[in-house]
Amino acid sequence: MTKRTDAVVTRRRALLAGAAAAGFLGLFTRGNAIELRGMPAWDPLSGPPPDIVKPGPWQFFTAEEGTAVEALVDRLIPPDPKWAGGKDAGCAVYIDRQLAGPFGRSAGLYMRPPFDEQATDRGPQSPFTPAQRYRRSLADLDEHCKGAFAGKSFAQIPDAEKDKLLSGLESGAVTLKHNTGRGFFELLLQNTKEGFFADPAYGGNRDMVGWRMIGFPGARYDYRDWIERHNETYPRPPVAISGAPQWTPRQG
Amino acid sequence: MRAAVLGVLLGAAIAPAAWGAAQDFDEVQRGRYLATIGDCTACHTAPGGKLMAGGRSIETPFGNIVSPNITPDRETGIGAWTDDQFYASMHDGTSADGDNLYPAMPYPHFTKVTRDDVMAIRAWLNTLEPVVNRVEANQLPFPFNIRAAMIGWNELFFTPGVWQDDPKKSAEWNRGGYLVEGLAHCGACHSAKNMLGADESGGHLQGYALQGWFAPAITSGDGVGLDKWTEDDIVEYLKTGTNRFATAAGPMAEAVSDSTQHISIADLRAMAAYLKDQRGPSGDKRKPMDAKDPVMRAGEAIYVDKCAACHTMNGEGIARLFPTLSASPTVEAENPLSVLHVILNGTRAVQTRLAPTAPAMPAFSWELTDAQVAAVATYVRNAWGNAAPAVTAGDVSSARKTLEARRE
Amino acid sequence: MARKLPATDVVIVGLGWTGSILAHELTEAGLNVVAIERGPWRDTSSDFPVTYAQDELRYHIRHELFLRPAQETLTFRHNARQTALPMRTWGTFMPPNGVGGGGVHWNAETWRFLESDFVLKSHLTDRYGAKFLPDDMTIQDWGVTYADLEPHYDQFEYLCGTSGYAGNLAGQKRQGGNPYEGPRSREYPTPPQKQPYGPTLWAKAAVESGFQPFPQPSGNLSQAYTNPLGVTLGPCTYCGYCEWFGCGNYSKASPQTTILPTLLPKENFKAHTLCTVQRINTDGTGKRATGVTYIDSNGEEWEQPADLVLLCAFQLFNVHLLLLSGIGTPYDPNTGEGVIGRNYSYQVTSAVDAFFEDQNFNPFIASGAIGMCIDDFNGDNFDHGSLGFVGGGYIGAVQTNGRPILGTRAPSGTPSWGAEWKKAVAEHYLSTYTTVTHGSCYSYKDCFLDLDPTYTDAYGRKLLRMTFDFHDNEMKMSQYLTDRLADITQKMGPKVMEKHPRTAPYNVNVYQTTHTCGGAVMGDDPKTSAVNRYLQSWDVPNLFVFGATAFPQNAGYNPTNTVGALAFWGAKAIREQYLKNPGPLVQA
Repeated sequence: MTKRTDAVVTRRRALLAGAAAAGFLGLFTRGNAIELRGMPAWDPLSGPPPDIVKPGPWQFFTAEEGTAVEALVDRLIPPDPKWAGGKDAGCAVYIDRQLAGPFGRSAGLYMRPPFDEQATDRGPQSPFTPAQRYRRSLADLDEHCKGAFAGKSFAQIPDAEKDKLLSGLESGAVTLKHNTGRGFFELLLQNTKEGFFADPAYGGNRDMVGWRMIGFPGARYDYRDWIERHNETYPRPPVAISGAPQWTPRQG
Repeated sequence: MRAAVLGVLLGAAIAPAAWGAAQDFDEVQRGRYLATIGDCTACHTAPGGKLMAGGRSIETPFGNIVSPNITPDRETGIGAWTDDQFYASMHDGTSADGDNLYPAMPYPHFTKVTRDDVMAIRAWLNTLEPVVNRVEANQLPFPFNIRAAMIGWNELFFTPGVWQDDPKKSAEWNRGGYLVEGLAHCGACHSAKNMLGADESGGHLQGYALQGWFAPAITSGDGVGLDKWTEDDIVEYLKTGTNRFATAAGPMAEAVSDSTQHISIADLRAMAAYLKDQRGPSGDKRKPMDAKDPVMRAGEAIYVDKCAACHTMNGEGIARLFPTLSASPTVEAENPLSVLHVILNGTRAVQTRLAPTAPAMPAFSWELTDAQVAAVATYVRNAWGNAAPAVTAGDVSSARKTLEARRE
Repeated sequence: MARKLPATDVVIVGLGWTGSILAHELTEAGLNVVAIERGPWRDTSSDFPVTYAQDELRYHIRHELFLRPAQETLTFRHNARQTALPMRTWGTFMPPNGVGGGGVHWNAETWRFLESDFVLKSHLTDRYGAKFLPDDMTIQDWGVTYADLEPHYDQFEYLCGTSGYAGNLAGQKRQGGNPYEGPRSREYPTPPQKQPYGPTLWAKAAVESGFQPFPQPSGNLSQAYTNPLGVTLGPCTYCGYCEWFGCGNYSKASPQTTILPTLLPKENFKAHTLCTVQRINTDGTGKRATGVTYIDSNGEEWEQPADLVLLCAFQLFNVHLLLLSGIGTPYDPNTGEGVIGRNYSYQVTSAVDAFFEDQNFNPFIASGAIGMCIDDFNGDNFDHGSLGFVGGGYIGAVQTNGRPILGTRAPSGTPSWGAEWKKAVAEHYLSTYTTVTHGSCYSYKDCFLDLDPTYTDAYGRKLLRMTFDFHDNEMKMSQYLTDRLADITQKMGPKVMEKHPRTAPYNVNVYQTTHTCGGAVMGDDPKTSAVNRYLQSWDVPNLFVFGATAFPQNAGYNPTNTVGALAFWGAKAIREQYLKNPGPLVQA
């Protein structure tokens, strides 16, 4: 997220031009150093609020990649009779939108060389962004599957084979072409769980399935009436940042 | 706690103006204080501009007027005006050349100010830096740009005349009335206006919508306006911008910041005494909406999920931080504009010396649909003993248009 | 070429807790103060409003409120034999950024250190003899005592409105409070927060074990509070979004909710945001600071001359600026000489996971600082004679959050994915309880900060380099504390219990705490300290360095209350001593 500091300034200027200036002196600029004098001008949406992910075509994945990731997340979090799996929970959509955004390009991270990719005990040292890692590892995975399963892609092999392959990637028993199996598995698993439990605003956790499954009431902000109700089930349904079914008036 | 706060207020009070003192210093300081009550700076000082040098654009329902330069500059200000000409501007709404002023200058209120006080204000203005700033005040579209049109307006709506004490009332009440009806010009926002922007008879201090806000009734009727407020509540609100019921926002935040927080406790008490004695119509015994109504249920869900973390489940809020919704003239006002304004665009409370917190309510415009805003607005207007007309999604849609138009 | 700005009385680097306190105190004294902050302005209702403050992905996983490593980071190695590599993203700690600093996103656990913590070296030597301490341990006394700081702990707590119950009121021990704490001059400003189920159950187990549990002191307030500056805070609503998050309803003490509303409107104060201080400038003698040079967000360089320079950045970056500015002698681990970068220390935490059947802890009903604790195993509150280590920490049930991305638990042996994992997290989310220890980390000869020879920052400056690993003393302590915690937690009746004592080597990939300490420590001897007991540089008397940078070693508590108290203590020394007679307040 980029903070809209520039917008604060221009919006303030717009305000100053009108008749609505309050007792706040606001942000002034001199050179380009933003100077706070008095209470800074207030813009309620300068944060800014999250962009709510909308359904629609892949923004990062190719069709093949999207199919593979849907199959992957559906094995990492398989559907069961009660709760949706990773695919229907929107985990692949979540990952797609994340990779198309700042996370995908390692925005804000320290990406200066030299890179010591062999070191594992001093923090992640990959020179590649998550978008690059997904693109390359999905291609490697596809190549691996087609070689090992008579031309079939990951999505086309039986679930038991999928699980065996994933276990192999996790343990390091299976390596992919660019020696990325385990690292990619860890990245994919972390992102899949994020997609299952993050606010639905980001495209996953559809219908708050992850939250309902564990009993988490979501984006609430007030439990004063329940803090001393010890060992009692919290009664209210979950809420997402973008809302909840109970917010819409139901006639009849 | 409230008593303690008022104690602080009293201790910190500005010394009352020294009446009748002949020395120039006293006269000038008295004028400065009176000009603060009149909030002259709100219109006559442009943001970032020199004090009282004018040039600030004032919105009126008929178009914009730009405030004139009232510094002592002889060419572009009022330095060349005689005292009589200055008095006439305040008392009769005429400019030095005899033209009529527009009632954006609240001369229908200022006419109540004594000549003595007007001259004190002049004395203070004379001490300001003369600023060369030629202002073309009149930017109104035809036919409102014809100043002569104001002759007819004045005929219809304007009665010049200094405030007359009511001998049946206390000196404090009369002082309060003098300020409320005169310099403080509360009615400029809080009184209903007719099509031509004049006070509507029978709507005195009973609330009016302007600048995307609804200035609520400040009369007292059964369950309406300031009915539940004590005089101390009014004083605390005007002095600090907040009290156990409400927090000043929007144009009132400006009024508190520029003007009322600087008014002496004695004068605020007088204003409170007068205001508490202004009877308005009682509420028309509205019945709250059925809590089981689907709109009320949805509104309650939104309230519990999103609003209660600040305003509390029972709508009482937190004194001086999160306004109460269960006893609020604004929430229950017939006109829901202010409620929709704060839900959609959020607002920041006024910051004063005695209440510096200036908490802000976030905007919900991006998060709630029109139907959801309508539901939660309807809920807060009909929960906890409140009763006010339901808000429709259509109301929200048009408020969204008005308010967003104001945003950029 | 830097453009020179008009001189000011005081320039403050960093506008977090310490910068805000110093700016407040010195503007009150009539000085003109300019603060320079490299992050943006942050405001409650626009940066973390209740409408979306509860966004685990944005604020926690994606580090919304933290310093971007692309702007500044540091390199890390476990020991001098390794090559340090850059922290490309944050893991073990998360340095703050922006107005309010770490005060925006702390958990608000508001502890005082023990009386003995401030005289640690002499206390331990007196009690156990000099030989009891490991050879390479470099702990020392602070030069300031608990009694010196008590009025300033009080100031910080009353600024924040801290919720708690005094266990030692002016020497009088009180049932229900911490029996080990130093004497308090008065009660906490607000009563303790309410406790959810887990801490209540744990406290019962602790009482059964013969201990005196007490509520953790909290900067998330139990009730609305108006502080001495007239700023009002609201009551905490137990939403469970404290650490890594800003508080959306004004109920967590932060510079925004306690000081800034009165500081920002002052005529004699201003701040520049999105401006990064490059160095502290000194005159030809090197004995006098002349101001700072900073670069704004457009890449333009400015020089801000000032009579007094206050370093109020995050602990690590105070040290970085001192090293980059050539102020003080850099520490040399081979000779043990030099003071800038010396005695870097951290915090040693651990946990016990307890898995229950038929219990519902509602872990999401939480606040960063609710919980019930005991202090029997902190500092030197217990006899270490037979234990083979020094130090300790508080232990207890602290219910900070139940956020689901990182907050789900499953017993060891559960697969990390697949149907079994899914079933396990669904089953255990509400019924698992994690209890914690929060232990000290003492300082050692081989734990230090210096400049990296290879990696540079966005401005071409050498990155700070950290050389640090856990030592045996701390690992023994962590094992001991975790065992004691488990003894009590076992009495809660879990079906399965798992101990997770801290183990070496230090794992920088996993979040532990942001309590990094030291590097320009305070003391009485310029050979072993960078600043004197008033936080004044020994080398440059018109430079003061605030924050946990001054801790000679870390105690078994969260540092913020001590950081705040030291800021008030330093401010008082500047106001009452330095301004009357600018120069060294202590003769070396």
